Amino acid sequence: MQTAPTRDAYGTALVEIGSDPRIVVLDAGVSDSTRSKKFGDKFPDRFFNMGIAEADMVCTAAGLATAGKIPFATGFACFLLGRTMDQVLVSVAYSNTNVKLVGTHTGLAVGEDGPTAQMIVDIAYMRAIPNMIVVQPADWEETMQATRALAEYIGPAYFRLGRSKVKGIFDSSYKFEIGKGRVVKKGSDLVIFATGIMVQESLTAMEMLEKDGIHITLVNISTLKPIDRDLIIELADSHKAVITAEDHNLIGGLGSAVGEVLLDAQISKPFKRIAVKDQFAETGTGPELFEKYGLSANHIAKAVKDSLK
Amino acid sequence: MSLNIFMNDRPLATPDIKQLEKTALELRRLALKIIFQAGSGHPGGSFSATDLMTALFFGGILKYDPKNPKDPKRDRFLLSKGHASGIYYSVLAKAGYIAESDLDSYRKINSPRFLSGHPHPKTPGVEIASGSLGQGLSIGHGIALGTRLDGYDSKVYVILGDGELQEGQIWEAAMSADKFKSNNLIAIVDYNKVAQDNITKDLKDLEPLEDKWRAFNWDVHRIDGHDMKAIMDVLQLPLDPEKPRVIIADTIKGKGVSFMEGKTAWHGVAPSPEDYEKALKELV
Repeated sequence: MQTAPTRDAYGTALVEIGSDPRIVVLDAGVSDSTRSKKFGDKFPDRFFNMGIAEADMVCTAAGLATAGKIPFATGFACFLLGRTMDQVLVSVAYSNTNVKLVGTHTGLAVGEDGPTAQMIVDIAYMRAIPNMIVVQPADWEETMQATRALAEYIGPAYFRLGRSKVKGIFDSSYKFEIGKGRVVKKGSDLVIFATGIMVQESLTAMEMLEKDGIHITLVNISTLKPIDRDLIIELADSHKAVITAEDHNLIGGLGSAVGEVLLDAQISKPFKRIAVKDQFAETGTGPELFEKYGLSANHIAKAVKDSLK
Repeated sequence: MSLNIFMNDRPLATPDIKQLEKTALELRRLALKIIFQAGSGHPGGSFSATDLMTALFFGGILKYDPKNPKDPKRDRFLLSKGHASGIYYSVLAKAGYIAESDLDSYRKINSPRFLSGHPHPKTPGVEIASGSLGQGLSIGHGIALGTRLDGYDSKVYVILGDGELQEGQIWEAAMSADKFKSNNLIAIVDYNKVAQDNITKDLKDLEPLEDKWRAFNWDVHRIDGHDMKAIMDVLQLPLDPEKPRVIIADTIKGKGVSFMEGKTAWHGVAPSPEDYEKALKELV
């Protein structure tokens, strides 16, 4: 199992799926950072670097999709989505074009580039769009499999990737499926639903907690929409408390999604959300920001202990 | 990058200009009728684009088959200025994509052919949704790139409004089509000089418009967008070997109905019963 950024796995996966001539990749002038360049080097005829013009890129991708291609439109999440709400709504979601929007450099984990580069509202925004599915893989293996799954899935999708390295969590026996959560560790008492880099952060918290004799359940929610309602309901029912963990704003992300499931199912459990507390962060390393803005393993461990008091 | 550039190698159409003019008149009446029946819509921008769309669909320019609307080798038509749906649906009915009786459900709930106020691909013949200005040229360019990858000689025609050229994305797309030498992309500017709020010149002037496109390295042509012969002539020019093409068509908003012509007021309203009768008398 590799320790690597999910964007690295994405670039590798693109080269692999590129043997299908329908796969085309677009980038908005940051292909070296998003790793889509790996595809461009291998398949230059099917790689379109649109320059720093995200709106044009998203609609060009929609056009390619209507011509039967499977476009992966790639960029830094802040600009890929921040500049294209209208294009995503009309040309991708409403038109139901087979466009995969791939946003890298998400969350506070981006670090030193500061809040203009730290996308913390994308899950909220993309979850709210009809026809759109939202996937955030947790590690290398899951990114490889999810990239393949999204190429096969017909319809608009948002794929949320990260800049920083994450530990390998799954081996090749793992089977990713759109819409399915996965229990990473089975414990008792409390369940954490985590997504993306926060799966790794939660595992660190669990190591700390196990020293205190606290054994909890950790679930990887990689499909944020459609979310795995059955699994969430089953595990919320069988545990005393629920925590969600995401590198995203408190509003509209995983915590909101899980909360909606619990509310709809009329499940009342102690419930805490680890997320950015509706504020813009600042510059600093990813780990520093995680500590200061409440996302680190220390904060997760404290939330667990508070929930079990 | 390997480029696969197509020239216009199709037989030239021998259009009957008089017949096309008759068809355009018929389509204006139909568009006005459905806008009147719907009680809302955009007659001004429909009429300015009518002659251009008539030439494309009925002058032998567009390669299409209503019985096989998804034929990958088809030419594409995109109405980027989606508010001109009144004329678009009338054209689609005349072309055989939908029945003329379908037009009765224009802008109505439960419309079986999804004849929404602005186009959506649920309607046969419509490639993609429009209604938010500025997106069509990028989409058209994406299609142009896609069909070229497949080795087809499809051409992509995109009708843009003049007000729409105020959207920055148009110029992003203009740069992209130059970069990729997408000579199978043909933009047609319906330059009717009037937008919703104001005349385009006062809202935000586009001039010098030909120079702008030339500066973006496009193959620029300018015509009278209501002169059917001029339209047919320009649409039959061989493609430039490398450059995407723009045809700036000088048009009149509300063309064909004297009291609508050039009037901002007729951007987005249906005629009253009296105005409808008056207009029909002129559209003969």
